[in-house]
Amino acid sequence: MINSAFRQCRDKNEAALITYFPGGYPDLDTSLDIIKSMADAGADILEIGVPFSDPVADGPVIQAAAQKALEQGISLKRLLEGLSEYDMGKPVLLMSYLNPLIAYGETLMADARSASVSGFIIPDLPVDEAAFFSDKATEQSLDLILLAAPTSSEKRLTAIAKNSRGFIYTVSRTGITGQGGAGIENVKPLVRSLKSKTDTAVAVGFGVDGPEAAGAIAGFADGVIVGTRLIRAFDAGEDVAALVRELKDATLRRSAQ
Amino acid sequence: MPAVEDVARAYDEAAADPAFIHAHENLLRDYVGRPSPLTEAKRLSDMLGVRIFLKREDLNHTGAHKINHTLGQILLAQRLGKERIIAETGAGQHGVATATACALMGLGCVVYMGAVDVDRQALNVQRMQLLGAELITVKSGSQTLKDAINDAFRDWAARPYDTYYCIGTVTGPDPYPRMVRDFQSIVGREVKQQLGSISPDLLVACVGGGSNAIGLFHPFLESDIAMVGVEAGGRGMSPGDHGATLTMGSKGVLHGTSTYMLQNDDGQVIETHSISAGLDYPGVGPEHAALKTSGRVDYYSVSDAEALAAFRLLTKLEGILPALESSHALAWIIREASFLKGKTVVMNLSGRGDKDLGILAENRDSV
Ligand SMILES: Cc1ncc(COP(=O)(O)O)c(C=O)c1O
Repeated sequence: MINSAFRQCRDKNEAALITYFPGGYPDLDTSLDIIKSMADAGADILEIGVPFSDPVADGPVIQAAAQKALEQGISLKRLLEGLSEYDMGKPVLLMSYLNPLIAYGETLMADARSASVSGFIIPDLPVDEAAFFSDKATEQSLDLILLAAPTSSEKRLTAIAKNSRGFIYTVSRTGITGQGGAGIENVKPLVRSLKSKTDTAVAVGFGVDGPEAAGAIAGFADGVIVGTRLIRAFDAGEDVAALVRELKDATLRRSAQ
Repeated sequence: MPAVEDVARAYDEAAADPAFIHAHENLLRDYVGRPSPLTEAKRLSDMLGVRIFLKREDLNHTGAHKINHTLGQILLAQRLGKERIIAETGAGQHGVATATACALMGLGCVVYMGAVDVDRQALNVQRMQLLGAELITVKSGSQTLKDAINDAFRDWAARPYDTYYCIGTVTGPDPYPRMVRDFQSIVGREVKQQLGSISPDLLVACVGGGSNAIGLFHPFLESDIAMVGVEAGGRGMSPGDHGATLTMGSKGVLHGTSTYMLQNDDGQVIETHSISAGLDYPGVGPEHAALKTSGRVDYYSVSDAEALAAFRLLTKLEGILPALESSHALAWIIREASFLKGKTVVMNLSGRGDKDLGILAENRDSV
């Protein structure tokens, strides 16, 4: 599913727009409605955050949203149940820290698959410890997407390029989610290096704060991931679907690479 | 977290470098005042009918065992060419020790501390600030030690190049658990020497993350001496009322390590409570999890009230004010004294209690 979403975008000479929104924020139904509206507005892949009490890779905006969602009683189980009742029309990825996935138990992969989930992004699972999880996911035809950062060693990048399925999630700069600006130029060499190692798609996230940044990234990467900006828009009462349309527009024209 | 790979590589080299080991030993002797004494607590022993030796980490410069591993880590940070040191702190002892080591070496220091702990450990906050550290009050989550660790990791992710994260206990990703253990093992090695021909029946230490306990235990793991780690039983055994990770928790992944933790059925970390900030943590070092599983070490918990009573008793009988953290270890010995009659026990008195006088005053009427 993820591969074919990227293939379709590539065929149209677009970058894929990947939207992030926390499941259960501000409550389960609202979050799934928002995510569905993002799909309808042009998002190519939907990344749904599984709220965690200790999200060390995330900034204050996502942490606060996760906290709120947890207070509303969200759990991975309820999220998957809710998702089963939706036809999002676009591939869905779960972004989760490791511990809620471990706590879910043996039926995780099968339940995720029957809720139409296509794969996982796990920010606290390093590539050298990913094999067990990756094998389990593959058994259910689910993708485990690995993260690469500007600080990753050459050896690590090689392992990530070899083992990431669906795409490689490239972190645009050192740090956590939700800190705008900087880094887009810096991430270029990292994307280029990964692309020299694999045919797997390479997407860039962390700090993409609007259509301008999205457009710039679309010039050299296969996908653009936007999260914090969308939560901010929701919190401020902006029209989230309209913002997704603008972001998608920005990913349409890709300059020659 | 690639910066951690650099730390692992540097630590493996340093641990094999006699000059590095020497530099650490020299600081421990000339700056910290090691070896710390092993004091036989005679009046307490008489009262309980148990022969009790106290390993006096409270007499170290800065008043706790934390300085042992901060000096080691700061030497490593220097080897790595780092100029900015970050740390988390609960009771403030690790923050004070880190700020002290940074002052000594002329390095920048930023300490993350939960808002709840800033309030209850005001004396240590003042010390850190006088030492030149920048104190960042953490207001997310439970506003205690785990949230301070979260924010320190976030800081490190943003500034991996110039910054070294000086973790305050035997948790976190490799190499931290084994590195902090190695730096703390001086405690157990000294005890071995100081005991001479006396062979103890039991070693006891409090366990927050587990650094002072592993420091005492590690050099004795091959022996057949029994060992007990004492956790924070707080105000009761309901979720949220204690910090008894090994006695009440389950396996999971927290702060880059696979270990026991306090969590709900969905894998969300639950909040903890302890009267002692240094034990108010829902995780524990992975080596303690392994020692529990193998049965080599037994873990129990004592309540806030028992710890307060132990604090008062040691102060009155021996003229020694133990930290509230260390008071937990003592409280367990007091509670179990009837089963320990005639035995010889070594307890790690991990820190001094001056920092806790405010809490003692607030709880004057308890017990
Ligand atoms: C005096 C003292 N003892 C014990 C602890 C608990 O930490 P650990 O279990 O790592 O020794 C602390 C932590 O702040 C402390 O200050």
